[in-house]
Amino acid sequence: MVKPLFGGDTVGIFTITNVTLWMAMTVLAVTLLMVVGARGRALVPTRGQSMAELTYSFIYKMIEDVTGRDGVRFFPYIMTIFMFVFFSNVLGLIPWSFTTTSHIAVTAVLALSVFITVTVLGFVLNGASFLRLFWVDSAPLALRPILALIELISYFVRPVSHSIRLAGAMMAGHAVAKVFAGFAAALGAAFFIPILAVTALYALELLVAVIQAYVFTILTCVYLKDALHPHH
Amino acid sequence: MEGDIVQMGAYIGAGLACLGMGGAGIGVGHVAGNYLAGALRNPAAAPGQTAFLFIGIAFAEALGIFSFLVALLLMFAV
Repeated sequence: MVKPLFGGDTVGIFTITNVTLWMAMTVLAVTLLMVVGARGRALVPTRGQSMAELTYSFIYKMIEDVTGRDGVRFFPYIMTIFMFVFFSNVLGLIPWSFTTTSHIAVTAVLALSVFITVTVLGFVLNGASFLRLFWVDSAPLALRPILALIELISYFVRPVSHSIRLAGAMMAGHAVAKVFAGFAAALGAAFFIPILAVTALYALELLVAVIQAYVFTILTCVYLKDALHPHH
Repeated sequence: MEGDIVQMGAYIGAGLACLGMGGAGIGVGHVAGNYLAGALRNPAAAPGQTAFLFIGIAFAEALGIFSFLVALLLMFAV
């Protein structure tokens, strides 16, 4: 699926492939919406500006709700993650396009950067008391070492589930859409009914794309909250 | 012959791993159903809890994703 754009068939580290192209398209789309769309700063916003403002306040409110006031200084990072994931999910729905987030390599980098940021941040802000995150005070003393082990494992599993959730949902969703589109093509004699079914499936796919971007972002917020307030 | 049996075992295992998706389905349904039940009792409080709904769904779903991962590993990495 990953193939070089300009001839040749070997993929090196710096080869320009279709993944590169669609990531660039994603960045371009985000820039168009957030920079060009919001440039007018009109009191009565245009369509583009109001979309940009809606996304902005949506993410701002999400961070405020989940992490509290002091999480707001990480707003640029979380907003970047949301816009990138959202636009690559949605651009991937265009026929013949490439969903960059359906590759674990892409999502793993996103998730690992979140994981490393959160871990480093936790130790920088709280020092060694960040480790109290794994020591559940409300549990009986005898249970605490076992719980600490479980918490430790679940902490290190986070980047895995964080990345594979997004990649898996995107990959599976697009594979299903493709298979059903194949059915519709094979049932061409049945006129418009297969087209309707595929359209409905496509709407579901759009919903999944938006929700997965939302889930990815909100989990980032949850992990960030652990770094900011480790003892709940 | 021996490679074939290993291959067959990997495919059977990948199919069995899909059972994990059922568990994830039960978990996600539980979260969403309980959210709806709570939301119908107190509709005014419902919008404030959607974030927890999605977090709960995401955590329930994570284990289904692990089964998907096991299936993928069996199909392509073993």
